[in-house]
Amino acid sequence: MNKSNRPSPIKVQNLSMRYHHKPVLTDVSFEIPEGKTIAIVGPNGAGKSTLLKGMMGLEPLIEGNVSFFGEPLAQKRLSTAYVPQREEIDWDFPISVMDVVLMGRHGQLKLWQRPGKLDKEIAEQALKDLQMWDFRDRQISQLSGGQQQRVFLARALAQQASLYLMDEPFAGVDVATEKAIIELFKTLKAQGKTIVCVHHDLNTVGEYFDWIIFINARLVAAGPVEEVLTKDNLQKAYGGRLSLLNDLTEEMYRTRINQAHESD
Amino acid sequence: MMEGFTLLDPLTLSPPSTWQLLFEFWQFNDMNVLWVLMGSILLGVSASVIGSFAFLRRRSLIGDALAHAALPGVMMAFLLFHTRDPLVMFLGAVTSSFIGFFIIDWLPKNTKIKPDAALAITLSFFFALGLMLLSFIQGMEVENKSGLDKILFGQAAAMTQEDITLLMYVTIFILIAVVLFFQKFRLIAFNTNFARSLGMAVNRYELLLALLIVMSVVVGLQLVGVVLMAAVLLTPIATARMWSDELRNILFLAGAVGAISAIISTQISYLAPAMPTGPWMVVSLSSLFFLSLLFAPKKGLVKRYLMQRQLRQKVLEENILRTLYKLWERSQFEQNDFNISDIQALRAMSTLNLRKALKQLCRRDLLKESARGFRLTENGLEQATQLTRRHRLWENYLNEHLELSPDQVHSQAERIEHILTLEQEKQLEEELKDSRKDPHGNRIPDAQVRTQTGSKST
Repeated sequence: MNKSNRPSPIKVQNLSMRYHHKPVLTDVSFEIPEGKTIAIVGPNGAGKSTLLKGMMGLEPLIEGNVSFFGEPLAQKRLSTAYVPQREEIDWDFPISVMDVVLMGRHGQLKLWQRPGKLDKEIAEQALKDLQMWDFRDRQISQLSGGQQQRVFLARALAQQASLYLMDEPFAGVDVATEKAIIELFKTLKAQGKTIVCVHHDLNTVGEYFDWIIFINARLVAAGPVEEVLTKDNLQKAYGGRLSLLNDLTEEMYRTRINQAHESD
Repeated sequence: MMEGFTLLDPLTLSPPSTWQLLFEFWQFNDMNVLWVLMGSILLGVSASVIGSFAFLRRRSLIGDALAHAALPGVMMAFLLFHTRDPLVMFLGAVTSSFIGFFIIDWLPKNTKIKPDAALAITLSFFFALGLMLLSFIQGMEVENKSGLDKILFGQAAAMTQEDITLLMYVTIFILIAVVLFFQKFRLIAFNTNFARSLGMAVNRYELLLALLIVMSVVVGLQLVGVVLMAAVLLTPIATARMWSDELRNILFLAGAVGAISAIISTQISYLAPAMPTGPWMVVSLSSLFFLSLLFAPKKGLVKRYLMQRQLRQKVLEENILRTLYKLWERSQFEQNDFNISDIQALRAMSTLNLRKALKQLCRRDLLKESARGFRLTENGLEQATQLTRRHRLWENYLNEHLELSPDQVHSQAERIEHILTLEQEKQLEEELKDSRKDPHGNRIPDAQVRTQTGSKST
């Protein structure tokens, strides 16, 4: 897949995650190419957002390993930007658009350091790129859903990363924002940057993305759109879970058999 | 310095009047009064500021639990060392507060107990333990035990010089920490996962925040008391939130609110030495909160009520204008002269309200009194036409784009017609290029009609 010698932006090996005792993802492995737009696709509850959070170290893995450009995330924080789901945030929080975007610069700042002139210039450019500069002094509670999403994207841009992980950026946005995001993807791709998105809309996935990772509690398929966007894969991804597999895995976590097994 | 102090001992002096006491209080003849006042202001400010972050993180009750959790620590420290030394008390309180904090944090993460239950269980357990120890100490034959029960409700006048000195060091430390870490605290409060994704040591900052809250709670015990400390952490930010949307301003305001209530309650504690300070502080804080809730310029309830009333009036008037347009349309644009029963035949509304609204419309030169009753003036016609146009355009839009039936679209358009702007009207016009009639078959008046009808009606 990856012909150059550079290690892949993200390599996931045997990743398993759970919620309490319920298995969410089991034994997921894949590797993505650089400079492409990549969609993580699957039905509701398939574990798409969980996969993204697991890769970013925001939720614990029970098993598995994730490397960024061949190294652990801790070494590649500054090249990785994460865009959380819009619903995760309290949009009544008293803060202005500009201050949210400046948060993207905190990875580079020391303990008590405040964003300086350069940081402000970078944030300004990010806001302009997403046509949100006129809204810089607005309170975030006064933005529409699409504008909120663009603020989040501007914040990610301000991080000046080379890999972007986005959780449902297209969910519930207006046409103008959808276009702005597509434009942003083009610009970023032209700079050789990699974008990974959780995506829910099967109608647009072939148009917006180069690559697809189908998941439904496990990996169904991963590869270029032309190869993997097939009826067969769709059926596998959306055809519901295998109940016996699910129940037994849950039982395994509940009884902690995997730990007992190792200690034998 | 001197051991303890009270400004005036009511037993040895003949009781002075309240004004005399107030006067003496503000003269600061007794340096200690000044110290206590300064200390309580600093506490008010720092507790308000640090409590704001708990409030923004939706962990409002944590302060309450931590304050209650401090009680057994104070009692244990006294039992172990038989001293009222402020530093010993402080360390005892911080220790037991922190134990409480870790239990509250640990329980929901490792068991099926939810955070609210964990909080309630911990709070009541520690408080009960503290009360038990307190009654045990009161039954003992030891020195210095007399003031211990004061930390339940706070007593500013009973504070010693050493208490105040410690209070000042701690509160100043808290304020400096908040100024230094403001950006990080705000980032974590706003979006914890994002902060983690940046590689920030979120857990360490959370621990620091917890420590600062514990510290301010603990030094506040003698002033405000265990039971009511939570109010000093939360009420100021809740008050300030009504006035501003910018966190820096909110924190300054919250600090000011905390300071004002500190001044009021400390004063009262000296004027009426039997009165505990805590309840007074909380009552004055709550008064400020209710005042803000009612009268804040943008979010106050009074303002909201007025806006709502204004809107209702506007809708009523616009509905009358549109009814008049329809009547005029039915007479083939011949007769522009209507009475109240004409209007009521088309639209149900109370005669009283209708009369009032008609009078108002006349005053605004949209209607004029005429032979039968009222007629639309040039301005009135223009506005009535525009409203009808918006109403029907919107009906068409819903009919075409959402495929709603003519019956469904009417009630929706009844609402939308009042809020459509000129810009949105133009947008609608463009999207519905060649619609001349609404789904009910009525003609949509053109934008130009205004001038024609205007000339006709004069």
